[in-house]
Amino acid sequence: MSDLNQALADKYKGNFLKEVIDNVEEGDRVQMCMQCGVCAGSCPMGPHWEHTPQKIFMMIRANKREAVLASDSMWMCTSCYNCIARCPRELPITHIMHGLATYAKRLNLVPKTQPTAKFAQLFWNNLSSKGRVNELKLGISLYFMNGFGEGVKTAMANQKLGLNMLKTKRMAINEAWGGHSVKDKSGFHAMLKKAAEIENDTIEANSK
Amino acid sequence: MSDIVATNETILVVGGGISGISAALEAAEAGKQVILVEKNAYIGGRVTQLHKYFPKLCHPTCGMEINQRRAKSNPNLTILTMAEVTDISGDKGDYSIKVKLKPRYVTNNCTACGQCTDAVEAEFDNEFNYGLNQRKGAYIAYNNAYPQTYVLDERIIGTDDATKAKDACPADAIDLEMQEESIDLKAGAVVWATGWRPFDANKIQPYGYDRFDNVITNVEFERMNDLMGPTGGKVTRPSDGAEPKKIAFIQCAGSRDRNYLKHCSRICCMASLKQTHYVRENITDGTSDIYYIDIRAIDRFEDFYQKVQEDDSVKFIKSKVAFITEGENNNPVLNGVDTEGYHRYANEYDLVVLAVGMEPSVNQGDFPVDIVLNEEGFIEMDEKNGGVFAAGCSSDALDVNRAVQSATASALRAVQVINQVGAVSPQNEGAK
Ligand SMILES: Cc1cc2nc3c(=O)[nH]c(=O)nc-3n(C[C@H](O)[C@H](O)[C@H](O)COP(=O)(O)OP(=O)(O)OC[C@H]3O[C@@H](n4cnc5c(N)ncnc54)[C@H](O)[C@@H]3O)c2cc1C
Ligand code: SF4
Ligand code: SF4
Repeated sequence: MSDLNQALADKYKGNFLKEVIDNVEEGDRVQMCMQCGVCAGSCPMGPHWEHTPQKIFMMIRANKREAVLASDSMWMCTSCYNCIARCPRELPITHIMHGLATYAKRLNLVPKTQPTAKFAQLFWNNLSSKGRVNELKLGISLYFMNGFGEGVKTAMANQKLGLNMLKTKRMAINEAWGGHSVKDKSGFHAMLKKAAEIENDTIEANSK
Repeated sequence: MSDIVATNETILVVGGGISGISAALEAAEAGKQVILVEKNAYIGGRVTQLHKYFPKLCHPTCGMEINQRRAKSNPNLTILTMAEVTDISGDKGDYSIKVKLKPRYVTNNCTACGQCTDAVEAEFDNEFNYGLNQRKGAYIAYNNAYPQTYVLDERIIGTDDATKAKDACPADAIDLEMQEESIDLKAGAVVWATGWRPFDANKIQPYGYDRFDNVITNVEFERMNDLMGPTGGKVTRPSDGAEPKKIAFIQCAGSRDRNYLKHCSRICCMASLKQTHYVRENITDGTSDIYYIDIRAIDRFEDFYQKVQEDDSVKFIKSKVAFITEGENNNPVLNGVDTEGYHRYANEYDLVVLAVGMEPSVNQGDFPVDIVLNEEGFIEMDEKNGGVFAAGCSSDALDVNRAVQSATASALRAVQVINQVGAVSPQNEGAK
C-alpha cells in the first residue's frame, strides 16, 4: 500500500462512503442512489464487467474499499452516457465512475494489466502537452502501447482506416510535426498545475 | 340554461369525479347552493373506468349509485355536463365565472333506449376504454352513466348519420340545432376537483409502449377486465387476441423518475397488487410477476400486500426494468439486473402491464384563475388561492378514500367562506 492510500484508509476507517464523498469527483451523489438497477441494465458494457454502477454504489456503502478501488469496472466505462440519461435520480454516473478511476489511480490501485488505464494515461499525456488532442500521435502511441512489433502489425491492419481519416480531414498529416495547440500554452500549463495542486492539497489534508 | 340562479353565496365545483361529487353533495346537503361543472358528458370521473376498487375489491358502480341518488334528490345541486370553466375573476366571496357549454344534441327527453346508436354508422375511438375499441357516433359512455342521456359526437353533425339518429329517436330528443353556449355565473367559493390523467406511456421510450402491441397500461388493463369493457371482461393480447398466461407488471412506469414524473404516484403499487387478483380470477393458470423498486402499499393496506405475497401465482422481482425488446410471437422481453443478487435477466412474457403514474389533468398554464401549484403541478394549499380550494387528485395522487376526505375538507372550507359572505350580505342585515 502506498503511504497516501494507507493514510486515507486509516483516516476513513469503516466509512468508505465518506471517503468517496470527500475525495471523488461528484462522489457525494452516490448517496442519492436508490438501487433500482436501471443503470446496470442500460449499460452496453454491462454483461462484460464484474461490477455494474449499481453494484459499485452499493459496495461503496457496504464499505468494500479494496474491492471498489481495485475493480476494473470504472475502466470499462465507455462514456456512452446511457446510464446518466436513464437514471431516475439523475446521478452523474459516468462522472462518478471516472472520478473513482482517477482516485484509484492516485492511490496506485489500478489493476496492473488494465489496458484502458494505459490508454487513459496516453490520452492525458497527449492532451495535456498542448491543450489539444493530436489524433495522429495518439493513434501511433496507442498502436505501439504493447511494444514495437505489435505496433507495426496494428498500424498495418488499420492502414485503410488511417488513410480514410486523412482523406476526410479527421486527421492531418502535419500533426506529425508539432501539431496544433491552444493559443496560450504556458497559461494552460499553469492552470493544470494549479488544479493539480488544489486537488493534491485537498486529498493530502483529508488524509491527515 | 338561463334558469340557473347563482349568487355570491353559491359554491362552484369544477370537475365531477368522485371528489367533485363528494364536495358538491356535502355542501348541498349542508344547505348551500352548488353548481357542479363537468367536462365529460357524464359524472363520476376516472373511477367509473375502474373494474374493482381496492381494498375491498367491490365494483365502483355501487358507490357511484348512492352518490347519483343523493345528487338526484337534492334541489340545491345543479349539475352541468359537457361544461368547462373558461374564466374566473374577482375575489374570495365574490367570483364571476364564465362557463362554456358544448352541445350534446340530445335533450332531457332522452329515454336512453339506444335506438340512435343502432341507426348511425360512423365509429370513433372509444375514449372511455382508452381507445381499446370503437364506439358509434351516437352513444352513451357506459351503461350506468349519469345523466342517462345519450350524446351525438360532434363529428357526425352535418352528415347523414345525424339525420338518421334524429329520425330513429322515438322520444324526439335529438336537437341538431343545439349550439355552443357561454354562460356567466356568480360564486362565493370554488372547489377545484379536476382530478388526474394517466402519465403518457409513449414518453417512456425504453419500454416501447408505442412500438410493442403487448405492452399496455394499468388503466387499459382495468378496462379489459370489466365485463362491460371492450373485451367483455376477457383479458386478451392486443397483437393476436389470445389469452395471455405469463403477465408482468412494471411499477413506477414514469413515476419517481426525474426524467418523467418526480413524485411517487402512490396508487400504482396498490393498483398492480389489485390487478394480480384479476389475473387469478380471470385467467386460468395465469401468473403475475411484479417488477418493483420498493412496494409502497400505502399505510393501512400492508395486509393487502401480504395476502398477495402469499399467493403462489404472484412473484416479486426487485428491479426497475431497464428496457423492453420484442421476442418471438410478439412477446415482450424485459431486460435488466435485479437488486437481490444482481442477476442479469431477459424474461419473456405474454403481456406486460405498465403501472403508469398519475399526473394532474389540467396543465400548468391552463388554469382559468391564479393558483399556486407545486413542482409536480398539483394544487398547493395556499392563502393566495383565496376562495379556491383543491379537492382530490387535483391536489395530489390519492386513492378514493383520501380523495373523498380531501373533498369533504374543501367543501367545509367553501361553506365557511359562504357563511362569512352570508353574514355580511344585505338580505341578512335585519336578521343580525
Ligand atoms: C390504475 C389505477 C387503478 C386505481 N384503482 C383504485 C382503486 O382500486 N381504489 C382506489 O381507492 N383508488 C384507485 N385509483 C385512484 C382513483 O382513480 C382516484 O383516487 C380517483 O379517480 C380520484 O378522483 P377525483 O375525483 O379526484 O379525480 P377524477 O376521477 O380524475 O375526476 C376528475 C373529474 O374532473 C373532470 N374534469 C377534468 N378537467 C376538467 C375541467 N377543466 N373542467 C371540468 N371538469 C373537468 C374530469 O372529466 C373528471 O370527471 C386507481 C388509479 C389508477 C391509476
Ligand atoms: S440508475 Fe441511478 S438510482 Fe438506479 S441504481 Fe443506477 S445510479 Fe442508482
Ligand atoms: S405507488 Fe409504487 S409504483 Fe407507484 S410510483 Fe409509488 S412506488 Fe412506484
